[in-house]
Amino acid sequence: MKPGWEMVIGLEVHCELKTATKLFCGCPNMFGDEANTNVCPVCLGLPGSLPVLNQKAVELAMAIGTALNCEILPSTFHRKNYFYPDQAKDYQISQYDEPINVNGHLDLPDGSRVGIERAHMEEDTGKTSHAGSSGRIHGSDYSLVDYNRSGVPLVEIVSAPDMRSSAQARAYAGELRAVLVASGASDGKMEEGSMRVDANVSVRRSVDDPFGTRCEIKNLNSVRSLGRAIEYEADRQIALIEAGEVVVQQTRHWDEDAGRTVTLRSKEDAYDYRYFLEPDLVPLVPDAEWIDAVADTLGMMPAVRRARLVRLLEESGGASESQLDQVATVVDLRLDDLVVSAVAGGVSSGLALARTANEAANDADAARRLDPAAYLALLTMEAAGTVSATQAKAVLADLLVRGGGDPAAMAKAKGFEAMSEDSLASTVAEVVVAHPDEWGRYCEGGEKGDKLAGFFTGLVMKATRGQANGKAVATELQRLRGG
Amino acid sequence: MAEPGRLTREDVAHVAALARLHLSDAELDLFTGQLAEVLDHASDVASLDLAGVAPTAHAMAVTNVLRPDEVRPGLDRDEVLGQAPSVEDHRFRVPRIPGEAP
Amino acid sequence: MVSSGEWSAVDILEQHLAAIEAGDGAVHAFNLVTADLAREQAVEVDRKVAAGEDPGLLAGVPVALKDNLCTRGVPTTCSSRILEGWRPPYDATVVTRLREAGAVMVGKTNMDEFAMGSSTETSAFGPTRNPHDTSRVPGGSSGGSAAAVAAGFAPLALGSDTGGSIRQPAALCGVVGMKPTYGTVSRYGLVAFASSLDQIGPLATSVADAALLFDVIGGNDLLDSTSLHRPTPRALAVLDDGVDGLTVGVLSEFLDGAAPDVVARVHQAAEALAGAGARVEEVSVPEVAFGLSAYYLIAPGEASSNLARYDGVRYGLRVDAEDVAAMNTATRSAGFGAEVKRRIMLGTYVLSAGYMDAYYNQALRVRTRIIEGFTRAYHHCDVLLGPTAPTTAFALGAKVDDPLTMYLSDVCTIPSNLAGHPAISVPFGTGDDGLPVGVQLLGPALSEGTVLKVAAVVEAAAPPLAAPVLVEGTPT
Ligand SMILES: [Zn+2]
Repeated sequence: MKPGWEMVIGLEVHCELKTATKLFCGCPNMFGDEANTNVCPVCLGLPGSLPVLNQKAVELAMAIGTALNCEILPSTFHRKNYFYPDQAKDYQISQYDEPINVNGHLDLPDGSRVGIERAHMEEDTGKTSHAGSSGRIHGSDYSLVDYNRSGVPLVEIVSAPDMRSSAQARAYAGELRAVLVASGASDGKMEEGSMRVDANVSVRRSVDDPFGTRCEIKNLNSVRSLGRAIEYEADRQIALIEAGEVVVQQTRHWDEDAGRTVTLRSKEDAYDYRYFLEPDLVPLVPDAEWIDAVADTLGMMPAVRRARLVRLLEESGGASESQLDQVATVVDLRLDDLVVSAVAGGVSSGLALARTANEAANDADAARRLDPAAYLALLTMEAAGTVSATQAKAVLADLLVRGGGDPAAMAKAKGFEAMSEDSLASTVAEVVVAHPDEWGRYCEGGEKGDKLAGFFTGLVMKATRGQANGKAVATELQRLRGG
Repeated sequence: MAEPGRLTREDVAHVAALARLHLSDAELDLFTGQLAEVLDHASDVASLDLAGVAPTAHAMAVTNVLRPDEVRPGLDRDEVLGQAPSVEDHRFRVPRIPGEAP
Repeated sequence: MVSSGEWSAVDILEQHLAAIEAGDGAVHAFNLVTADLAREQAVEVDRKVAAGEDPGLLAGVPVALKDNLCTRGVPTTCSSRILEGWRPPYDATVVTRLREAGAVMVGKTNMDEFAMGSSTETSAFGPTRNPHDTSRVPGGSSGGSAAAVAAGFAPLALGSDTGGSIRQPAALCGVVGMKPTYGTVSRYGLVAFASSLDQIGPLATSVADAALLFDVIGGNDLLDSTSLHRPTPRALAVLDDGVDGLTVGVLSEFLDGAAPDVVARVHQAAEALAGAGARVEEVSVPEVAFGLSAYYLIAPGEASSNLARYDGVRYGLRVDAEDVAAMNTATRSAGFGAEVKRRIMLGTYVLSAGYMDAYYNQALRVRTRIIEGFTRAYHHCDVLLGPTAPTTAFALGAKVDDPLTMYLSDVCTIPSNLAGHPAISVPFGTGDDGLPVGVQLLGPALSEGTVLKVAAVVEAAAPPLAAPVLVEGTPT
């Protein structure tokens, strides 16, 4: 971002709901089936067909609203009229001036808060593929339409223009995806199009200035392209203004390969959608009982999960910067329940978090399936010195492959028998005798002397090829020093 | 409430384009006259003072009509595509699309 | 008759098919006669009767269907070129219910294109003629259904009523026609004109038959969100209860614009009701005067959206062009007739930016006022009485080039659609020209039972109406 300038970003996110059927008919809501196999009179817009609202879709929309701290209100559906071949009725049924969810917010991992203006329900369109030389809409000879996606339920989440950097916009998209997944509403796959992001970007010189003219950027297929597109667009607008030109309000298309945005249409082309109340549907008026029942089924949101881990760290002395990163990683990978159950079983929060963020995270899919009891048993062995850290990591790798098992038996099979106290004591004694000068300085204590504990521990580890438990060595050294 | 001005030939041409209808010059003249006459008649409602009166979009007040999220049998693809003017690769074929959806 | 074994369904069907064969050349009530399918259905009914199975409430009764009701595998055109050749892959809910009741569906009846009209002259397939005088219109838009019943082609027919499209042709053809309360009959499979006003209803030769048909097609349907949850109607059961103790209001606004011979018949019907024990008084609902204007803003608005789907992509007509927008335009311009184009443009205009509030939203507020006006009247009246149409059947071609004059034929029927209330037209003698007059009974929401029993008393008191005599062959 060029110094002396500020970006203003708002995001509109369309998310496909994870229902069994479409929004207004009983056709399967399935991705990737053969063309035009999941269709009926309703989603083909056949004459005489009528929509009937899917209860599960409403409940998932309410779940999203609850997760985003929205007010859930009585709502209605409108028709948005425009001709396009993927639009089976040549109008889209969408919530307009009375959406189900309004006035919410989303807290990001960095502590910032982004306002949610609304999160409303609407139906998806069919899919158009373009035949001919280019395979794209421009330059194609003709197009083919598949209505399998027609009528798939969507929730469109419109943020307030509260974001001020591409990093914050990326964090918002990532956090929103985590919330959508956690609420059970969506699988959040940007690449498959089940989560689609449009960005509204403007620039201004000072926070005291009014918002500049914004452009809407479409075709953002990943969080990474979202960041790149916003950076490009902000630079483009700044360059225009600095050259004495004006930013024209328009919709722009992100070209991922070229790394730039190109004009799609300008505000002058604004379409007259002739919104009016959909006469084939009746108002939706959820009562408090229904809203509460949906809220009760909602899992914990990522922000709450992060706070839960931070609280565990604080109970044992506080959370370092690197531990906060570990917390974010663990929650992002939905491995935080492993940490919580290990801590509940008596393992220190630092150890449980570190093993989970550093080792279990390497195979998060397997870790989510891991038997928490086996994980607790392993971390307990490591904490007690029954196995070393190195050995614990090796056993964990095995546990993840097998999905569980008895860590003690697995350690034994690997030959990871903990050293007996006697044999540890004799090894420590041998090392001490072989290094009398260092031992003398160690016994003097103080900052310099204490540092030599690491020196002796390293030698013991080397002598035992890592089988000794670090904590047990330290205890033995202290005992020999007489403190 | 302010009464809108009389319908013009340009208005009719504009709505015809929005509605994807092509009108000849003669049709444009004829329809402009006829529609203006209907709208003039309807101006009696445009001139009523109905501030504070709630609009009625549905005559019968019904709310929360929902269906369970259960799959129901759809249509046979061959039967559906058999009705289409043009089909290719099990899809509805249409001429070149001039631009993205609005 | 069929269920008792007195007549076979096949015999009854063949009589009606013969009547159609002899007379429909002059009337053109049907777009399509489905003789083969009807014979299969009749054979099935006879088989059930022979096997001792329940053949259903309408066992073996021939029924004509307006051509905007979807029939699986059978062309459904809405009398429009744009749907010519389209065979719906599904049945309308009312069609399913008729079949389950053992009815025999004889064909699809002609109508104004997409139900937009009051004379059946906007049909792309040529007008239907009034069986009582083939130089006159049958009314519309369900002119084919009304004419089919009047001509004896079928004892029962279904129509749809958005602004009077069942009642006005019923009146002009001398048959009974009822628009039920909005939501009592499922609209699933009725090709939409104006969704918040459309309602399917019966046409029949008697009030009792209309009640029976209403009982069969009514009741909640999970496929229509606006379908009401209420017990399956049993209007037939109260038909003979009489009008003793009921109050009938003669609606003065409806008399204002009606021809003197029509007004005279309304007064005669009122006297008959008074004679049968009803209290009759004159009432005024001034709000209904704005009904026509509100209707011609709301209905085209909804229609402009409902008819957008006829774009040449998925079914029906396509006129090819170089790109998809041009193809849509060429298809729609060739496929829709002038009246449909007028209403689409009117509707597009009233919904468009800048005019929405002055026209469409204002019309919705008028609708509220009309409902309030009716509610006031129903505080002291059980039903309201008036003419169905301002005049008897007019000559073919008399109004077709003057849309506003044509629209005025619906002035007495439109308010019930705006309010969602039931209303029925009952034949009551003739006008000065010897053509049928219909009187209309209106009631509050879900008052079909009351409306029908009052209608039965009116029917019993009505002067006899001569059956139409059809001359074989096509009229010149
Ligand atoms: Zn479907």
